[in-house]
Amino acid sequence: MGFNLSNSWNRDLCVLGPMDSLRQSPSPCSSRPSSPRTPPCEMPASVGIEAVLDQLKIKAMKMGFEFNVMVVGQSGLGKSTMVNTLFKSKVWKSTLPGLGVPTPQTLQLHSVTHVIEEKGLKLKLTVTDTPGFGDQINNDKCWEPILSYINEQYEQYLQEEILITRQRHIPDTRVHCCVYFVPPTGHCLRPLDIEFLQRLCRTVNVVPVIARADSLTIEEREAFRSRIQKDLKSHCIDVYPQKRFDEDANDRILNSKIRERIPFAVVGADQEHLVNGRCVLGRKTNWGIIEVENMAHCEFPLLRDLLIRSHLQDLKDITHNIHYENYRVVRLNESHQLPRGPGWVNLAPMNLAHASAGQLTSPRTSKACKQAQEEPKYDF
Amino acid sequence: MAVAVGRPSNEELRNLSLSGHVGFDSLPDQLVNKSTSQGFCFNILCVGETGIGKSTLMDTLFNTKFESDPATHNEPGVRLKARSYELQESNVRLKLTIVDTVGFGDQINKDDSYKPIVEYIDAQFEAYLQEELKIKRSLFNYHDTRIHACLYFIAPTGHSLKSLDLVTMKKLDSKVNIIPIIAKADTIAKNELHKFKSKIMSELVSNGVQIYQFPTDEETVAEINATMSVHLPFAVVGSTEEVKIGNKMAKARQYPWGVVQVENESHCDFVKLREMLIRVNMEDLREQTHARHYELYRRCKLEEMGFKDTDPDSKPFSLQETYEAKRNEFLGELQKKEEEMRQMFVMRVKEKEAELKEAEKELHEKFDLLKRTHQEEKKKVEDKKKELEEEVNNFQKKKAAAQLLQSQAQQAGAQQTKKDKDKKNFFFM
Repeated sequence: MGFNLSNSWNRDLCVLGPMDSLRQSPSPCSSRPSSPRTPPCEMPASVGIEAVLDQLKIKAMKMGFEFNVMVVGQSGLGKSTMVNTLFKSKVWKSTLPGLGVPTPQTLQLHSVTHVIEEKGLKLKLTVTDTPGFGDQINNDKCWEPILSYINEQYEQYLQEEILITRQRHIPDTRVHCCVYFVPPTGHCLRPLDIEFLQRLCRTVNVVPVIARADSLTIEEREAFRSRIQKDLKSHCIDVYPQKRFDEDANDRILNSKIRERIPFAVVGADQEHLVNGRCVLGRKTNWGIIEVENMAHCEFPLLRDLLIRSHLQDLKDITHNIHYENYRVVRLNESHQLPRGPGWVNLAPMNLAHASAGQLTSPRTSKACKQAQEEPKYDF
Repeated sequence: MAVAVGRPSNEELRNLSLSGHVGFDSLPDQLVNKSTSQGFCFNILCVGETGIGKSTLMDTLFNTKFESDPATHNEPGVRLKARSYELQESNVRLKLTIVDTVGFGDQINKDDSYKPIVEYIDAQFEAYLQEELKIKRSLFNYHDTRIHACLYFIAPTGHSLKSLDLVTMKKLDSKVNIIPIIAKADTIAKNELHKFKSKIMSELVSNGVQIYQFPTDEETVAEINATMSVHLPFAVVGSTEEVKIGNKMAKARQYPWGVVQVENESHCDFVKLREMLIRVNMEDLREQTHARHYELYRRCKLEEMGFKDTDPDSKPFSLQETYEAKRNEFLGELQKKEEEMRQMFVMRVKEKEAELKEAEKELHEKFDLLKRTHQEEKKKVEDKKKELEEEVNNFQKKKAAAQLLQSQAQQAGAQQTKKDKDKKNFFFM
């Protein structure tokens, strides 16, 4: 198939000639366009195509944005404080659990939704907390409620999507980002961390952070970080930003810089103190004030920039285009195995403990399984 | 293990107040950056009679010469010709597809003229639906071919719409955003134009044709859209030739009685069309196509396939059932094809074998023949050899005999000579 390409200014045009129709089209002579990487042709800027960018922005601002974050980590690592610091508001009504409150016996997820507005832009923020994670004596399978929550959100979206009469804008409750708090032991990742990260990285974007980094010196921090990176690599854990989703050279350069600093060593604080005449967020100790927004003290600004200022849309896109699509593929593939009626037990139970990094279906199969067992409406 | 999720109901959505700059106001920019790197798709369908100026208008609108030959009037039926181009303006890449109706209005019997158009539009929806229903799909880099805008070219008769126009527009209004325009508007006088426009609009309304409404719910564009809608249908003139007006070159058509400037708003509505189509509402056109026309098509198609939304239980399983049925059908077809292929293969193999056997037999025969011939030749040669030897022997014998005779003769002669000599000697003594 031969194209007639001419790449010059003004008058000449790149004509992508008629190509083979890859789609069945009943119309007798409709030719299908192609879009290879042909060099596009410049035009004098009087047509006004770039106005479409503004149109897009206006539409987006009218519709508003949604963002769903999940924070996972043991109690006392400062998750709630971190969320408050990130969004500069009291997302959680009370951050310090009273000392007398017993740790919950089972893992319970707790979500709050708020609408925050900045410069005319409305953001519907949903933060899901996981109190009780990793707090029990036996933490086996403590990731399961979290995985099933995430899959539940995918399922809800899928159900909305396959309706016949569906809404114009499907409410998006899928978790766009999961921030995992690694306790600052200074050694390396614990087995619990590794298990959890392995499973979650396949389902959702995970950003690991070193919590309470003010207990590590700078040298300890760097050593800890490189050990964690080595651990992540050796266990094939692909945290956000994932290397395989880098679209072009620019992305790669930008993301490589981020990848070098993952996991960020963060400190959260929601109280303000006076330092050198300025009011800064920080933690006050007897030996000094740890400024949260000071890059020399901790890497909170990096986390904030990644999550909010530069990669928010990217997080959402990867969740929608990749993680959700993966879920959908598995779900629709499995559906043909399921006979009508109480036949859910026919699915061979997958052994989660032996799931390797490559197997996509293992956690999800049993999730779908368990989901159905709980919900009577799928039972015939 | 049941998951207990504490989640407030929607009414409790609190508006939080921020105590500092968080930074998510860069979100629209993030969104736009993503779209820019992917590029935009825009597909325009031009419906109008041959020679009414569709290609010229497209050239004028996008400021480029899209190559195309003017169509003839001899087409047996209406067919659609789609051409795609990639345009770029500053950092925005646009994949533009222009679909032309070739032969529209040329036939003597125009009953079925609208059918190819409707089929084409449906085919694009169908292609998108197929992609959406696939199990493994890639919607985010799917090249969208659905028609976003349909420019309907009305002939400048000055009276009213033709019945072909009404019929066609009625068939298309639920499938695509129709923007009616009056083509070759430089043939209508100013006062006639106004009457013509009102006549057209009232006819459209009375026949219930739903043309595209420029959106007026957004404050930023409401005003301009409202003012522009008053001028529908836009009376346009297209031209790619430039004429010197004052001290600049401008696109215009030159007549002996004057020059019609394309971009002069008092001459024609071209600028309005460009504003509405591209600069103000391109995104809305795309959204309407996706959210309204495509959803309508999808709903009808799925209901046709037998799905219902009646109770939420039945639907996921209907989809599953269809998937299962399709899957089985597909597998069945695969198997059938496999069988066919296998049989054909076996047959071919047999044929080939037979051929080869034939060839082998022939070869053997040839070989035998050769061998025999060789033997015969050999025998002949040997016989000849024997003969030759015999001859040689004979010759040798003869030679020997001859020599013997000769020597005998010589001896006899010698004796005779000796006797003679003796006799002579006797006599002399």
